[in-house]
Amino acid sequence: MDELFGTFFGNTPVSQQLAYLQAALLENIWETVYSTVLATVFAYVIGLPLGIILVTGEPDGIRPLPRGLMRVLNFVINILRSIPFLILMILVIPLSRLILHTSIGTNAAIIPLVVASAPFVARLVEGSLRESDAGVIEAAKAMGCTPFQIVRKVMLPEALPSLITGLTTATITILSYGAMSATIGGGGLGTLAINNGYQRRMDLILYVTVILLIILVQIIQSIGTRVANRLDHRITKATPKAKRHKADKAGIG
Amino acid sequence: MIELKHISKVFPTADGDLRALNDINLTIGDGDVFGIVGMSGAGKSTLVRCINLLERPTQGQVVIDSRDLCAMPEKELIRQRRSIAMIFQQFNLLMQRTCLKNICFPMEIAGVKRAEAEQRAREYLDIVGLPDKADAYPAQLSGGQKQRIAIARALASDPKILLCDEATSALDPKTTRDILRLVKDINQRLGITVVVITHEMAVVEEICSHVAILDHGVLQETGTVEEIFSNPKTEAGRRLVYPDGVILDQLRAANVIRIAFNGGTSYDPLIASLAIDCGVKANILGADTRNVNGQAFGTMLLGLPDDPEQIAKAMHYIKSQPNITVEEVRDYHG
Ligand SMILES: Nc1ncnc2c1ncn2[C@@H]1O[C@H](COP(=O)(O)OP(=O)(O)OP(=O)(O)O)[C@@H](O)[C@H]1O
Ligand SMILES: [Mg+2]
Repeated sequence: MDELFGTFFGNTPVSQQLAYLQAALLENIWETVYSTVLATVFAYVIGLPLGIILVTGEPDGIRPLPRGLMRVLNFVINILRSIPFLILMILVIPLSRLILHTSIGTNAAIIPLVVASAPFVARLVEGSLRESDAGVIEAAKAMGCTPFQIVRKVMLPEALPSLITGLTTATITILSYGAMSATIGGGGLGTLAINNGYQRRMDLILYVTVILLIILVQIIQSIGTRVANRLDHRITKATPKAKRHKADKAGIG
Repeated sequence: MIELKHISKVFPTADGDLRALNDINLTIGDGDVFGIVGMSGAGKSTLVRCINLLERPTQGQVVIDSRDLCAMPEKELIRQRRSIAMIFQQFNLLMQRTCLKNICFPMEIAGVKRAEAEQRAREYLDIVGLPDKADAYPAQLSGGQKQRIAIARALASDPKILLCDEATSALDPKTTRDILRLVKDINQRLGITVVVITHEMAVVEEICSHVAILDHGVLQETGTVEEIFSNPKTEAGRRLVYPDGVILDQLRAANVIRIAFNGGTSYDPLIASLAIDCGVKANILGADTRNVNGQAFGTMLLGLPDDPEQIAKAMHYIKSQPNITVEEVRDYHG
């Protein structure tokens, strides 16, 4: 086999690359999934409340907060979002040391991911909640809802499809950020691609990891889109029967 | 009883303060169907939103059953709001909840148990005539059906007061009538006080017992529907009661009188008897009459012959009729 491919997949013999893949691939996929899921969860634990506050705390929101506080919040979010992730990873090393007593490894790589994506999530949530119908919120107020009830029973459920779409975007962004964590010794497919595929000229490994990342993104996106559509009751979906009827009329099929 | 005392509302805007309401005083009795009418921008929505304090008046008091809402702490106000239901032009249903769950909503926030809430919600679905829509989502309903669900949701909080802000303005005339009948029915069966905001006199005609006319944030006149319809005293009132106006340019006769029917009489016999009993041949120059609760209301412009004696005779005769008032029109342009 090695003769067959020659140096087509880089200088390392293909059989050696395959052996390496076999040994390391599963573990790296797991590391990627693990860190993506965990970072997304933490990003939402922080970003979701922040996003809610960004909407409700406005002067004409349902629970206005002091203007100064809102300004600081917006400022911090903008700052965090404007630092490139590669640099942010290095900047939060002291934070990782503080929390995990280490700054390398897969767990340590989750911390910069959360720091970078929580503000992003806050903005996504803010965007979703801003779409909510002011009339419905007004109706809820008129019915005697407390601000907390409005958030929990009106704003979040009404924006659920949009929030799911945001979650999909956030997860994919975190997945791709995670691929950079090789820089600080995190594991995962990105590290495999950079450390082995690129630096050690194992092109086969590079291609395989890229394809795997593409597949992961496709899976996340299609699940996200499907769930968001399934949960959205605003649009009346044409039943298959009705669709066929239309097609008949148009003379198709 | 709802008492609005010296309500003013000022909106600060980019180009100065906007006085949307100006010293409004209004009393709405229990069980009334009270209409608040006015042209677009008159301040109707602002006024009705002041009743449940969605909008806080800049000045004045909102007193409901002798309790001043403006002076209440937030918590108590929230509880008070649960007895004031509201329906809207845009229905404002929760789009991600089924109809049944929409109707359960006010009970849910008031802490009613789920099973009980659902059972009561089904009863309200029956009342509004949509028992088979429990599991449908609002997006699957027509406008009229959505408003019925909104009414059921309003009833679910067991309110004392129902506020309707242009509740039928997005509906066609037939559906409008059906919805208004439903509201009237609810008013009569459950004794709920209803406040109806509208720019259409037809709506007032259909269901209201009392009406207030609002123009540019000022309360122009208020009274029973009969009073206002038969004899609007203000310019704004006349504009609303007779939207097409009586076109004075078309009048040819020199002596014009305006007679107002205050119910109970129809006008054809009057013209006929005027001719037979007094020998006065009157010319109908314009009429705007309507049927309210089975009685005739409205005004009619009559042109009389150019003879002072005949005019006096006719005036005397008309004045002696019950339920009719008469006045000479001096400012008419021939
Ligand atoms: N939040 C607000 N800020 C500034 N101005 C406002 C606000 N709400 C209402 N206004 C102004 O107050 C006036 C009365 O508005 P309102 O909505 O009460 O009128 P309306 O009688 O309900 O009219 P329509 O029949 O068109 O609904 C308008 O001039 C409007 O521009
Ligand atoms: Mg309005």
